[in-house]
Amino acid sequence: MRIFVNGDTREVAAPVLAEALAELGYAGAVVATAVNEAFVPAAVRAQTVLVDGDRLEILAPMQGG
Amino acid sequence: MDFYGFTPRSRLFLGTAQYPSPAVLQKSVEAAGVDVVTVSLRREAGRLGGGQDFWALIRSLGVRVLPNTAGCHSVKEAVTTAQMAREVFGTPWIKLEVIGEADTLQPDVFGLVEAARILCAEGFEVFPYMTEDLVVAERLVEAGCRVLMPWGAPIGTGKGLNNPYGLRALRAHFPDIPLVVDAGIGLPSHAAAAMELGYDAVLLNTAVAKAGDPAAMAAAFARAVEAGRLAFEAGPMEPRDMAAPSTPVLGRALLG
Repeated sequence: MRIFVNGDTREVAAPVLAEALAELGYAGAVVATAVNEAFVPAAVRAQTVLVDGDRLEILAPMQGG
Repeated sequence: MDFYGFTPRSRLFLGTAQYPSPAVLQKSVEAAGVDVVTVSLRREAGRLGGGQDFWALIRSLGVRVLPNTAGCHSVKEAVTTAQMAREVFGTPWIKLEVIGEADTLQPDVFGLVEAARILCAEGFEVFPYMTEDLVVAERLVEAGCRVLMPWGAPIGTGKGLNNPYGLRALRAHFPDIPLVVDAGIGLPSHAAAAMELGYDAVLLNTAVAKAGDPAAMAAAFARAVEAGRLAFEAGPMEPRDMAAPSTPVLGRALLG
């Protein structure tokens, strides 16, 4: 299926968010996720089904003021 | 001084952005002896993205993090960012920014109050970035905020305290709420002035990160904050319009 990852179009095979993160190269990374502008806690990533056209945001710690 | 049950050793809070290198950031944090730093969240490119190294560095410093919602222009964006930050950083603390105007980065105080109400109800410990407005401050306290962070001047301008009268009024109205001047500080003297008003702490970033020698400037700010606090506690004299001799007049010789 085709989804948007941090604004870029990506093809992913994994049906749920937890597996999609690994497929996209984020295994083990400290990140927070949102799908279609709603926060998805890490604890429910394994049950969060992705569908074509979903907008996934993957955020990590960054410098801030 | 109690920030949601935490008493920092230093009254200087430091931002972590815009330093020439991670090593300079580390040196600056250590030189100032700060124990609260602000951090943020941004899109990550993968498990080897820059955010992972940055987070490892911050954890190695042994400081408490205050995540922000910088760049958020709507209540929904700010609330979602706060929820994501709480999970990543493992803290209920959130520096809540809802920006209302692009040129001044002035807070949208209406959105700020609304977002604060939502986040306080969700158990966040909110540090709202606000203008020095008494009514907004009242609303934020009603929403559940137990810290207030009025700006000194717009973010990154280094102009110091634009409205000392307004800041003094806030201090007088909220004697029991920890107050932090956040943003607009350019010089250690500005930080000292905020502390002399009785503010509990100062939060700044650009003034240190963009200095010629950030670590030295961080140390200068730490001393200014200490000096300003000490002066406030010591009870400054009242200014007056007419001169008053400090040397005793009694016993002056008649020599001319």
